[in-house]
Amino acid sequence: MSSEPHNDSFVVFDHVQKSYDGETLVVKDLNLRIGKGEFLTMLGPSGSGKTTCLMMLAGFETATHGEITLDNQPINRVPPHKRGIGMVFQNYALFPHMTVGENLAFPLEVRGMGRDEREAKIARALDMVQMGKFANRRPAQLSGGQQQRIALARALVFDAKLVLMDEPLGALDKQLREHMQFEIKHLHESLGITVVYVTHDQGEALTMSDRVAVFNDGVIQQLAAPAELYEAPQNSFVAQFIGENNKLSGIIEEIADGRARVRLATGETIDATPVNVREKGQKTLVSIRPERVEVKPEALPPGTQTIEAEVLEFIYMGDIFRTRLRVAGSDEFVIKSRNAQGQRQLRPGEKIRIGWAPQDARALDPL
Amino acid sequence: MTAAHQTLTTADGRPLKAALVRAQRRARRRAFLLVAPLLVFVLLTFVIPIGQILYRSVHHDGFSANAPAVSEWFAATAPGTEPDEAAFAALAADFKAMQAARTAGVAATRVNYTLPESRSLFTKTARSADDLVPPYREAFLAIDAKWASPAVWQAMRSSSSAYTGDFYLASADFERAEDGSIHRVEETQRIYVQLYLKTFALSALITVICLLLAFPVAHLLATLPMAKANLLMILVLLPFWTSLLVRTTSWIVLLQSQGVINSALVAMGVIGDDGRLPMIYNQAGTIIVMTHILLPFMILPLYSVMRVIPPGYARAARSLGATSWTTFRRIYLPLTLPGMGAGAMLVFILAVGYYITPALVGGADGQLFSNMIQFHMSKSNWSMAAALSSLLLVGVLILYWLYDKLIGIDNLKLG
Repeated sequence: MSSEPHNDSFVVFDHVQKSYDGETLVVKDLNLRIGKGEFLTMLGPSGSGKTTCLMMLAGFETATHGEITLDNQPINRVPPHKRGIGMVFQNYALFPHMTVGENLAFPLEVRGMGRDEREAKIARALDMVQMGKFANRRPAQLSGGQQQRIALARALVFDAKLVLMDEPLGALDKQLREHMQFEIKHLHESLGITVVYVTHDQGEALTMSDRVAVFNDGVIQQLAAPAELYEAPQNSFVAQFIGENNKLSGIIEEIADGRARVRLATGETIDATPVNVREKGQKTLVSIRPERVEVKPEALPPGTQTIEAEVLEFIYMGDIFRTRLRVAGSDEFVIKSRNAQGQRQLRPGEKIRIGWAPQDARALDPL
Repeated sequence: MTAAHQTLTTADGRPLKAALVRAQRRARRRAFLLVAPLLVFVLLTFVIPIGQILYRSVHHDGFSANAPAVSEWFAATAPGTEPDEAAFAALAADFKAMQAARTAGVAATRVNYTLPESRSLFTKTARSADDLVPPYREAFLAIDAKWASPAVWQAMRSSSSAYTGDFYLASADFERAEDGSIHRVEETQRIYVQLYLKTFALSALITVICLLLAFPVAHLLATLPMAKANLLMILVLLPFWTSLLVRTTSWIVLLQSQGVINSALVAMGVIGDDGRLPMIYNQAGTIIVMTHILLPFMILPLYSVMRVIPPGYARAARSLGATSWTTFRRIYLPLTLPGMGAGAMLVFILAVGYYITPALVGGADGQLFSNMIQFHMSKSNWSMAAALSSLLLVGVLILYWLYDKLIGIDNLKLG
């Protein structure tokens, strides 16, 4: 894999399994190494096991099988308060009966830290999230974004080496969420802490992470850097889950030298790059990103295959045009083109030919 | 808009404020009509009766209304004045009128409150009212020598005014001497102050026991899955649906010296047959049974508060490095304070005024202040009962004020 820059294994999940009822596995044989200073995101739909993994790491759930180590120390039997892991919760969990300052003092007090040292650390942590003036407010007097910052400061104030975040931005509106994404990212970079971040928002995962672990059905489907995840999904689930994706189902007609020819339902054939298909006659789902589809075949290298399409809908979205087409019997084929000088606006009913570079069409397992 | 402080108007030129009032008037009237029945009910069943009680505790005109002439004499002379012939003459006139109207008993009752055993003196004199001829002093003394006693005259003097603080004096274990001075009653006769304090102390003890018992139960209820919590809740509420009398008597069955618990202990050899524990008809009985009866009043507000405390707080505290005990003490306990406050308030106020249970299982030393109120009511001494009730009310109000000072009344969540 292209991105394995973290040679050390700060957090290790070694063959971890988790079952709540003794009948089904929520986490199935998880193996994961997280490097020191890495920002790793666990991404997946709800019920995919990502939050359970985080809770096992935090110590609120015990692994049914397998070992979790933190800084080479096995922590399965270490209670949560002795793990020294900072955590930001989904609804912030700021103590409502304490002021912001008291909330931040709490982890320092339970560590028996002296008053002066405490004050200094609290002031530093609050400045870090630009909330220095709010130490005497109650959480209820703060907006969602401000509470978020305080929760972050509280998780960082006791110098935790590892910070866990459980969908921390879920309750914020879009603009604030995007702003906070960058702030968290910058804090991560400037403090050099290790962050394990759980979210179901793929945009968030791609923006912030060094590496993303895509969870589904208790298994990591793919663990890769954001670009690789988007450009080279390893299976249909990842292709579907990350970003927008067009899928065309067909049968492998020829497969050789990293090239596959796929016959679609309507009888047309296209070229694709085989990813997890092996032999002729196999069913496949070809995945193509909407922005990689070319509506002017003359712009493609000569010899590239094109395919007929009928325009069904054209949406003007400002920076891009979004056009829905009927391709090979599917009405859900979407293309996105940049609103560039001279870009043509297609009309519904128009018949055009579209094409793409063969490496952008990935032949994956049928879903 | 030229001037900044010009009054705002609506589009058709009416002042905005007036228009707003008009627009809201209908909604206000409807809201008022909706609460009106409750308002009337509260007024009729709460405000008026309490006002009556407070009034009766300082007002009794049994003597002053029926013996106006001598009351006038008392009003005109200083306390401690020896009754002269004019006083006896006025009393004689009053006795004749009372005998005609058959109201001597009413007046005697009032004097009797201040000076016990003076009732017979009055009824005896009233029967012989016709013999009261001048010189009146000698005529009275001929009927009964007690008429020379200053105590009798002092008692009549304090009864001669319709408004009196005598009942409060008596409630605080004070009495008036023959010369009108106020001093404490003999030590053996002092009952009210001690009982008052004991009632508050016992109620506080019962509240604390209820809190200790209810806290784990409420926590369990709040954390169990819904189906199991509902079942447990029914068990908690079951006593609520049973008659108070049935519950109290079932405790008698359990706790009496030949009862289930004692017999079981004897059978197991824990205690000897002659060493059966006295658990009922004493203070212990009152505490045990009242704790049981009042427990749901503590559990319910606690439960309603605990149920809405998100488990995230405890987890956050743990992840921040707090042990489970610290988490409980610093995070969970403060968050349950509104429930504890509400429950303690309910239990304490109910306990202070409890009457049936102590009457049934309290024996001699398990009686509470309300039992004394009931005693005076059964003797038709409404004024004394009213004075004692008012004292109880004042005590509760003081505690309520203290609670507000210490914890804050906003920190009270009843459901």
